[in-house]
Amino acid sequence: MIQLIAFYLFATLATAAGALTILARNPVHSVLWLIVAFFNAAGLMVLVGAEFIAMLLVIVYVGAVAVLFLFVVMMLDIDFAELRAGFIRNFPLGFALALVLLMELVLGAGAYKAGALKLGTPDGSATAAAGASNIEAIGALLYSRYLFLFEAAGLVLLVAMVGAIVLTHRQRSGVRGQNVARQNARRPDEATHNVSPEVGKGVTL
Amino acid sequence: MIGIEHYVVVSSILFVLGVLGIFLNRKNVIIILMAIELILLAVNLNLVAFSSFLGDLTGQIFAMFVLTVAAGEAAVGLAILVIYFRGRGTIAVDDVNRMKG
Repeated sequence: MIQLIAFYLFATLATAAGALTILARNPVHSVLWLIVAFFNAAGLMVLVGAEFIAMLLVIVYVGAVAVLFLFVVMMLDIDFAELRAGFIRNFPLGFALALVLLMELVLGAGAYKAGALKLGTPDGSATAAAGASNIEAIGALLYSRYLFLFEAAGLVLLVAMVGAIVLTHRQRSGVRGQNVARQNARRPDEATHNVSPEVGKGVTL
Repeated sequence: MIGIEHYVVVSSILFVLGVLGIFLNRKNVIIILMAIELILLAVNLNLVAFSSFLGDLTGQIFAMFVLTVAAGEAAVGLAILVIYFRGRGTIAVDDVNRMKG
C-alpha cells in the first residue's frame, strides 16, 4: 500500500515538474523544476531497489548539472521575454507531435503488457548475488565485465572537461600572467649579485 | 500492484515532455538543453525499471553511462552557449547560420 502511494506521489510530481520545466516563464524557475523532477525520478528508482543510480542522479544532476545551469542562466544577461516570442506559434504543432509520440509509447507499453512478445530472459550472468546490496552488485559487475566501458566513461568526462575549459578560456590583455619558461631559465648567479656599498652611497639596482 | 508498465508510462510521459519542450522553446537554448536532460532522465528511468524488473543489473550500469554522457553534454553545451553569447550578445538559436550548413 505504501509503495502504491509512494509511486503515484513520485510519478505525479515528476511529470508535473517536467511539465513546469518546459512551461516556466523564467529559466531560473525552469532549473528549479528540473531539480524537483530529478529528485522524484530518483525516488522512483529507489522504489525498485536501484538506490545507487538514484543517489548518483541526485549527486550528479542536482549537485553538478543543475548548479551549472543555474550559473549560466544567472551569469548571462538575457532578455527572456523576447526569447518566448514563438511559444504560442509553435504550440499546436509541438503539442500534436508530442501527443502522437505519447500515444505510440503508451501503445508500446500496452502491447508489452499483453505479453504477445517473446522477450529474451536474462542469462543470469548479471543478476545480483544473493544478499549483496545494490552497490556491491553494481561494483562487482562494473569493475569486472564493464571495466573498459567504465574507463571509457572516464575518458568521456575528461574530454568534456578539457573541451569546456578550452572553449570558455580567453586571453585577457593587460593581465600579468606567469611565464613558466622565463622562470625556469632564471639562474641564481644572474638573479642575485653581492654588493658592498660604501656608507652613504647607496646602490643602483 | 506496481508493474513495469507503470514505469514505462511515467518515463514515456517525461520523454514526450522533453520533446515538447524542444518544440515550444525553439529560441531559448537553455530550455532546450534542459529538455534534453529530461529526455535522458526518461531513458534512465526506463533502463533502471527494466533492469530491476528483469533482475539483470546491466540496465543500471548503462544508466550510469548515460548519466556520464549527459553530464559531459551539459558541460560542453553550456560552454558553447557561453562563447556564443559572448560573440553575439543573445542566445536566440533559431537564426544560427554562421556556418551556412
